[in-house]
Amino acid sequence: MLVTYIQAINQAMHEEMARDDNVFLLGEDVGVLGGAFKATDGMLARFGNERVVDTPISESLIVGAGVGMSIQGMRPILEMQFIDFISCGFDQIVNMAATLRYRHGGQTACPIVVRGPCGGGVHGGLYHSQNPEAWFFHVPGLKVVAPATAYDAKGLLKSAIRDDDPVIYLEHKFLYRRIKEDIPESEFVVPIGKAALRKEGRDLTVIAYGSPVHAVMKAAKDMAKEVDIEVIDLRTLLPLDWKTIRASVGKTGKVLIVHEARRTGGIGGEIAARIAEELFESLDGPVMRVAARDTHNAFSAPLEEYILPNQEKITEAIRKLASY
Amino acid sequence: MDERKERELYFWLRLIREFEDRVSALDKQGKVQGGVYSGKGQEAVTVGVCHDLRADDWVFPLHRDLGAFLVKGADPGRLMAQILGKRDGFAKGKDSFLHGGDFSHGIFGATSMLGATLPVAVGSAYKFKVRKEDRVAIAFFGEGASSRGDVHEAMNFAGVHKLPVVFVCENNFYAYSTPNELQFAVEDVASRAQGYGFKGEVCSGNDLHAVMKAAGKAIHRARGGEGPTFLECKTYRYHGHSEHDRATYRTEEELVTWESRDPVERWETYLGKRKYDIASIKTETTERVRKIVDDALAFAEGSPLPEGPEAMEDLYATPVTEG
Ligand SMILES: Cc1ncc(C[n+]2csc(CCOP(=O)(O)OP(=O)(O)O)c2C)c(N)n1
Repeated sequence: MLVTYIQAINQAMHEEMARDDNVFLLGEDVGVLGGAFKATDGMLARFGNERVVDTPISESLIVGAGVGMSIQGMRPILEMQFIDFISCGFDQIVNMAATLRYRHGGQTACPIVVRGPCGGGVHGGLYHSQNPEAWFFHVPGLKVVAPATAYDAKGLLKSAIRDDDPVIYLEHKFLYRRIKEDIPESEFVVPIGKAALRKEGRDLTVIAYGSPVHAVMKAAKDMAKEVDIEVIDLRTLLPLDWKTIRASVGKTGKVLIVHEARRTGGIGGEIAARIAEELFESLDGPVMRVAARDTHNAFSAPLEEYILPNQEKITEAIRKLASY
Repeated sequence: MDERKERELYFWLRLIREFEDRVSALDKQGKVQGGVYSGKGQEAVTVGVCHDLRADDWVFPLHRDLGAFLVKGADPGRLMAQILGKRDGFAKGKDSFLHGGDFSHGIFGATSMLGATLPVAVGSAYKFKVRKEDRVAIAFFGEGASSRGDVHEAMNFAGVHKLPVVFVCENNFYAYSTPNELQFAVEDVASRAQGYGFKGEVCSGNDLHAVMKAAGKAIHRARGGEGPTFLECKTYRYHGHSEHDRATYRTEEELVTWESRDPVERWETYLGKRKYDIASIKTETTERVRKIVDDALAFAEGSPLPEGPEAMEDLYATPVTEG
């Protein structure tokens, strides 16, 4: 069945709510409107207003009430209209949800999913373009996923809903309607914590996730005559699939990490550090990064272009790394 | 009120409407890349609250209040450049719409995070108070934003310290698609004021007289050291939440009802009753506001886009260098 990335997200929620009546949905304009991007289309009509709740503009409440439902055995999906607004629910995520099980000595779980549209490239400006994964990557007790394909968007969201821990689910709005993919009619899930090897190669490994995976794949294809690139799509950021990374680095000896989030303090830094610590002997060149510049997500087209990674910047970095 | 002032108020209502309509038209032509949040229908609120403010008072507009920018003195050309992401905009292209304020006119640029400006308005008012400055801060917010914790925290502190701030709630009955009955269980949001220890007032936000009267009292109280006021203006946005929202969650009938209470027409009716030559006032004003908006657009279109490396500017006031 041919679906867009956002349809895959919609399907995952429909299927999980139909499968398990403990699954609830809370968010702003998720009911009557069906979501600002239509991710929750049809859910109010199908599941009713007790399970599909149009909340006031209260992100802290959305997450906190989600935690409250979860300790009573529910599995709420909590939508942030734009992921940028997750900052308004930050305390409930990092202090309440993430430590819940820990501070109760394992008595409880916290099966919530906080999801929303992230990412730039759509002239969203400072507060409709953010990639906040690094804020949460730093917090034990959370899981963070960032699908790049419609298949993974669906399979990972289903896994996230079934998972007993708080999962931050980052859906890239640039991909919502730009990718269309044939996915199975039958039930499937994508496990949290497993990366996907998108392309095998011998010369160099590119590690990416989210929207830039597509630019990386395109670069790998366009450069096929020059360099044989292996592409890892992380899919889950926390916990990292270290096994897949290790195997690939052992083979190629060269690593480029690509993410749309800012460079400083980004996830690439952690991956690079761990490679340096554990795989130093396998390396034939510096671990390199292509990421957003260390500034805010500026609005005007030339600024955004300058800030964000793109195929050209990725290609340039690959050439440089390949020359070592 | 004398004739001059009444006509001037009319000019502001019309200028805002002309500006709003032009921005919507530009959006339709695909010339605006960011979101456009029209305040059409709500003009009497910003005009009524801002008109009698002084140059050194501060306003903290919400995302639909380009009227507050204009009345408080922002240059229309720069405002248009801001919306088009040009270098002459207040944010120099770093963000669009009303996210860049104009400090030279006491206009604060909001973030998108609803309600987040209220604590900032309150902090400004705190300084006005302790330094004994005869100034007020005006914090605009939607009834939707009133559900955010920041709003509660701001009001509570303002009440404790009796700060010279007016909280102006533009209650247009919907937060995006969400109707008031799903947002709060009270009729008037302003009834919350009691819980913060200050006065709450409700007025028609489509009636310029009513807004001016209520705002005038609130500002007078603030200047007189009597503390904050929660002023709720009931109004309606004609357009969708943003220009691409078709607003199917409300009825045509409801829109028509509100259009019959149009704040601009209402003022025209009033001017007519005053026996002014309303026909010629209208023609003159139309010409005047069109010219201003035409000029603003010409200025904005002539303003360059920023260049890529400018994305790294304005991050720090004290320059940082890598060691
Ligand atoms: C913290 C936060 N959550 C969600 C949004 C998305 N959003 C933008 S405007 C809006 C509705 C705002 O309603 P209201 O405050 O009543 O102002 P109005 O748009 O009606 O003028 C929403 C939900 C946001 N900007 N900030």
